[in-house]
Parts: sequence; structure tokens; C-alpha cells
Amino acid sequence: MTDTSPRTTGPGAGEAVGAASGNAVAGGADLVLTGVTKRFTDFVAVDNLDLTVPQGSFFALLGPSGCGKTTTLRMVAGLETPTEGEIRLAGQDITHLKPYRRPVNTVFQSYALFPHLTIFENVAFGLRRQGKPDVDAAVAAMLDLVELSDLASRRPAQLSGGQQQRVALARALINRPQVLLLDEPLGALDLKLRRQMQIELKRIQTDVGITFVHVTHDQEEAMTMADTVAVMNRGVIEQMGAPMDLYEHPMTTFVANFLGQSNLIGGRVLGSDGADLEVEVHGTRLRVPRSRGAQDTGEVWVGIRPEKVQVCAPGSADDGPRSRLAGGVITDASFIGVSTQYLARMPWGQELMAFEQNTGAHEQFRVGDHVELRWVPEHTFLLDADQDANAGVERVDEG
Amino acid sequence: MSHPAPTQAAETQPPAKRPLGGWMGYLLLAPAALWLTLFFIVPMASMVSTSLYDPTGSLESGYAMTGHVQNYLTVLADYSEQFLRSLMYAGAATIACIILGYPLAYAIAFKAGRWKNLMLVAVIAPFFTSFLIRTLSWQLILGDQAWVADTLRSLQILGENGRLLDTPVAVVTGLTYNFLPFMVLPLYTSLEKIDPRLHEAGADLYASPFTTFRKVTLPLSAPGLVAGTLLTFIPAAGDYINVELLGNPQTQMIGNVIQNLFDGGSYPEAAALSVTLMAVIVVLVLLYIRKAGTEELV
Ligand SMILES: Nc1ncnc2c1ncn2[C@@H]1O[C@H](COP(=O)(O)OP(=O)(O)OP(=O)(O)O)[C@@H](O)[C@H]1O
Ligand SMILES: [Mg+2]
Repeated sequence: MTDTSPRTTGPGAGEAVGAASGNAVAGGADLVLTGVTKRFTDFVAVDNLDLTVPQGSFFALLGPSGCGKTTTLRMVAGLETPTEGEIRLAGQDITHLKPYRRPVNTVFQSYALFPHLTIFENVAFGLRRQGKPDVDAAVAAMLDLVELSDLASRRPAQLSGGQQQRVALARALINRPQVLLLDEPLGALDLKLRRQMQIELKRIQTDVGITFVHVTHDQEEAMTMADTVAVMNRGVIEQMGAPMDLYEHPMTTFVANFLGQSNLIGGRVLGSDGADLEVEVHGTRLRVPRSRGAQDTGEVWVGIRPEKVQVCAPGSADDGPRSRLAGGVITDASFIGVSTQYLARMPWGQELMAFEQNTGAHEQFRVGDHVELRWVPEHTFLLDADQDANAGVERVDEG
Repeated sequence: MSHPAPTQAAETQPPAKRPLGGWMGYLLLAPAALWLTLFFIVPMASMVSTSLYDPTGSLESGYAMTGHVQNYLTVLADYSEQFLRSLMYAGAATIACIILGYPLAYAIAFKAGRWKNLMLVAVIAPFFTSFLIRTLSWQLILGDQAWVADTLRSLQILGENGRLLDTPVAVVTGLTYNFLPFMVLPLYTSLEKIDPRLHEAGADLYASPFTTFRKVTLPLSAPGLVAGTLLTFIPAAGDYINVELLGNPQTQMIGNVIQNLFDGGSYPEAAALSVTLMAVIVVLVLLYIRKAGTEELV
């Protein structure tokens, strides 16, 4: 949206569109991918993927460039045939159904608007092909919903990027598909417009109640919009769940690094003590709740999110039980307004990150200060040490 | 001919600062203007005035400029048959070029993959041989003893003594052959510009491959189709070589008549016929472009 004026369209407009195009979403219309593999000659783009997208949910497929997100969407849309596996929608096997027979629509990464048709005719295209009645009224209501009524008679080339994006959305959404596939629809927009569109998309999805499968490589976008996020890497899904679950309980180093940032410190589980595991980290013993461990024996990565880490002067008082690592020296302190981001070099050479909110309650440290890092034990997580601690760190994120 | 969107978008932008002063622009235009004046406007004027000379004159005795408008009526009365035939043959050849050329251009643009350039070269390759020689070789292909005619006769498509050479079919075949590249190249250019994702968008929006072609590909290739049609029809309507080599006196087109009149020294009639041909073509083209422009050929 290019303006911030009060909205004139609300849920009412969404209902009007639905009533006019009259294609009610059937119940139990889950999208289920079972063992789906896509091979291009020798290259495996999607590897034995299992995925269930519940009906009506806002599902985000998050992953770095080239991990197979678009390929997965294209198989659901019918633009690519899986090498192996099965895709079901509402119980029906659609693996080999022609794209124009699927109740699925796509918002393409590049919009792919028809340059020779007006905005109105672009949006009307799907309804006309299906021979639906009252196309004009439905298109008018849909253009109203995406606030493009004034531009109905223009051609795509005469629209801004954000406007084209909304046309692409309207053109797909008006068909009331059972599943709407969105392939990085916000990728071409600048940051401000992107944030506005995220809110807008989420609102529209809530209004119309259609299943959205939203592909993105922007983790913030995925977390703010989706009910369920699936983190994809090299053709497989690493972990799937509610955004907060994923963030608080990463199960792999890739997820820990790709979704937010993490300190991963090498350690070893010594044993257990009731509900807690005892872990040794470079000579220091830490307690970690058993429920926080993806692994509970042997070598582990001990993980802690930087914003959970408190930077303290050595020997200062605590206001509760804390895990602590002593002997740090501040090597970098960046003040970025809402917070200060510290890097502390630990005695074993590793630099750990700590983000302190600028609440004024904490002491500010300078480069060279000796510090102790502390955190609430429940915030620690343990990961299998066989994985690469740097997986997912070099993420592509223009956001 | 092309879609209005980009031009209109360009118009809404502030006018670009002209990098060249006024006189510089004229200077750059001068060679072309001189060329056009010398080799188009002057001959045109000369042709129009020749068409109004007194037809009783001859090259030896000279012509008198009498404003003899009757020349036009005479040639129209005498040669209307050849006139109509020219338009029909050219029209048939143009349609044949579309039928043969569209699938070819489509295949080169979307299906050829790494063979694309080779196929384009193949389309242009005939130009390396002269127009005359290529047309002459069709005499051999369509000849009475050649296998084409033999096969058609044995299949009873052609009668016992049926011929291909010296028939209207041969003339239209020759025209089609000679002008096919002029249809294929502009068609290819406009098809090639179409984003293949538009085909996917069509499929995604419930259009079968045929509907996608009709509603997306065809309208987007309209500029190429219009250009190809003009580039084929106009020269085909004025052609005389194909009739000369592949036709008979009963298949004469207007180009042959003009040539004969010219050879026979009847300059005023030849000129009147040429001016008429030009006028008819200009009118047809304007009508066609108008229709193509408003309805985008769908
Ligand atoms: N038609 C194809 N032929 C061969 N390889 C392909 C083809 N399409 C995609 N790939 C490969 O499959 C992998 C996954 O591609 P895909 O387009 O699904 O990535 P993506 O996750 O959407 O990436 P991005 O975020 O950059 O859009 C890539 O390595 C790509 O090179
Ligand atoms: Mg992609």
C-alpha cells in the first residue's frame, strides 16, 4: 500500500468477493506432500519432502537461495512434475493433474502479469476462463480489496512495483483457490513497502481464510506472517513449527543460525540430575533443562541466543539462578540505538555475541573490559555436535 | 501496431532534454532526406505525371502532357482481371505464409533450445542465392516429370495429364516460398519477446494450452503478425517473376502487365497502372493496420 490513510475496505469486501466468485473452500482441504522428490538430470532440487499444510493456515516456506522453495511450489501448482512422491489436496491425488485443472493459484516471483491486458482484465482472466458469472462485480470488489480500483483501466507497465504486486495477488486470489501459492511476492519491494505489504497480506489471508503457502528467504517475514514456518535447506525440511517454537527450540544448527542468531559453544554432557542435564563447557559446568536438549548424551553444541545473554562485571550480584561463563573480554561494542551488541572473547578463543537492551538498567561496557556472561538456564539449548556450527550463518537476507 | 502501454508510460515522463541543437538534428536528417527526394519523391512525381501523358505518343516521337486522366479508366477497364488476380494470389500466399510461418516461428522461439540460432540461419540461408535462381529451381521441383507431380498423379489428386507447372498453384507456391522469411522473422522477433512465464500464468489461471495461445500468445505476437503480413503481401502483390517462371499467360499478375506495357513502350498506361496499384495497396494497408490496431487481431 502506498498510502497510510484509513482503510475503506475491510472484511466486508473480502466476503463480497467470495460471494461473487462463489467458490467456497471445502472443509478438510489440507495440502499433503508425501515423499516428494524432484531431480533435474543429476541435481536433486527437492529431496523426499514430507509436508502437511493445514487448511486455512498461513504457511511459510523459509530457506536460503537455491534450497528448492520455488521447485516445491511449482510442483504444487502443477508447473513441474515430481520425480517421485505424491501430492494430495483435500484427499485428492493431484500429483499429475494439469495446472489449469488444479484449484491452486500462484503469485509468481516476477508477477508475470499479462502486458496486453488492462489491470481489470488481468484480474478477470481466471474467472473468465472458468466461465464464472458476474465477473465484473467480482473484479470490482477484488480491486477494491487491494485498493486498485482507480487503476483498473491501466496496463501493467504503467504501474509501480508495489501496485503490480497487488495486481498479481488480486489476479490469483479472485479465483478463491483452495491453496494460494506466493513465491517471494515481496522480494522486489523496498523495505518500507515490504513491511506494509506483509501486514496487508496477513490481513487479507485472515479475511478470506484461504490456505497461503508463502515462500521467502526473509526469516523476519516468515516469522511475522506465518502460523507455521517450515525451514528448508538443500531440498529437505530441517524443522517445522510455530515461529516462536522454531525460534526457542531450534533442533539443528542450521535453524539456530538461519532463524535469528545463536552462540554455539562446544560442550559435553556429563550426566543428568533429575530434570536437568549437567554439561561441561570448556571447564565450566552448566545446568540445562532436559526438555531443552535435542541431544542428551555425549558431545553437544550448547546454544544460547545473543539477546538472552547478560553482560556483567565479574563477581556482580544475580537476581536468580544463572548459567555463567567467566573470563570474557569485550572485543567489540556497537551501540545501535535500541540495544548494544557486544562481542566477548572467551578464554578458549571463541567470540560470543550478547545483545543488551538499552533500558538503562545495565552497565555499559567498553572494548577491553573484563566481563562474565550470564543467562537463565532455561534459555540454553543443546544440539547434536555432529553438525556444522556455521550452517545457515551466511544467509542471504536483504531484509 | 505495438501495444500502447510502453509508449504511454514514456509519455508521462518529463520530456528528456534534447542533447542536440535544432540544426544538428536537421544535419543528421539531411542524407536521408536527400536520398528520399532523389530516389522516391522525384521518381514518384515523374511517374504520376507520366501517367497523365497522351497515350498516342511513343518513345521516338515523344509524349505530350495533356492531363489525360482517361489513362486510368482505360487500364482499369482493360486490366481489372489481373488486378484482382494479383490481390488474390498475394492474399493466398500471405495466408499460406502465416500457416507455415507461425508454427515455425513459434517453434524457433519456444521449442528450439540450443538449435535456435541454427534454425534462424536456415530461415535466412536462401537469401545467399539469387531470387531468380531460387524461383527457377521451383520449375524443376514442380516440373511435369518431377516426382511431386508424379506422386500427385498416382494418388489421383492430379488428373491423368494434370500439371503443376504453369498453374496458379505453382505461382502461389513460388510466392509463398519467396516471401516466407519475411513472415517468419518479424513473427519470431515478437514471439521471442514473450516471457515464457506468461504461459505458466495462463495455465495457472485455468487456461488450457490452446486458450493460453489464443488469449496470451497470439495477441502478444500481433505486432509481428502485422509486420509479417505487410512485408509479404505488398511485394507479393507487385511481383512478376513468379508468374514469368512458374505461371502461364492466364495467370498474369499486375506486375507482368506493367512490365509488358513498359516493354511495349506504353509508358503512360504502365505508369497509370503502377500508381493505381500503389494507391490500392496503401488503402488496403491502412484499413488493415486500423483493424489490427483496434482489435489487436483477436
Ligand atoms: N529447470 C531446472 N533445471 C535444472 N536445475 C534447476 C531447474 N530449476 C531449478 N533448478 C535447481 O534447483 C535448485 C532449487 O531451485 P529453486 O528455484 O527451487 O530454488 P529457490 O529455493 O526458489 O531459490 P531462490 O530463493 O533463489 O528463488 C537450484 O539449485 C536450481 O539451480
Ligand atoms: Mg525461488
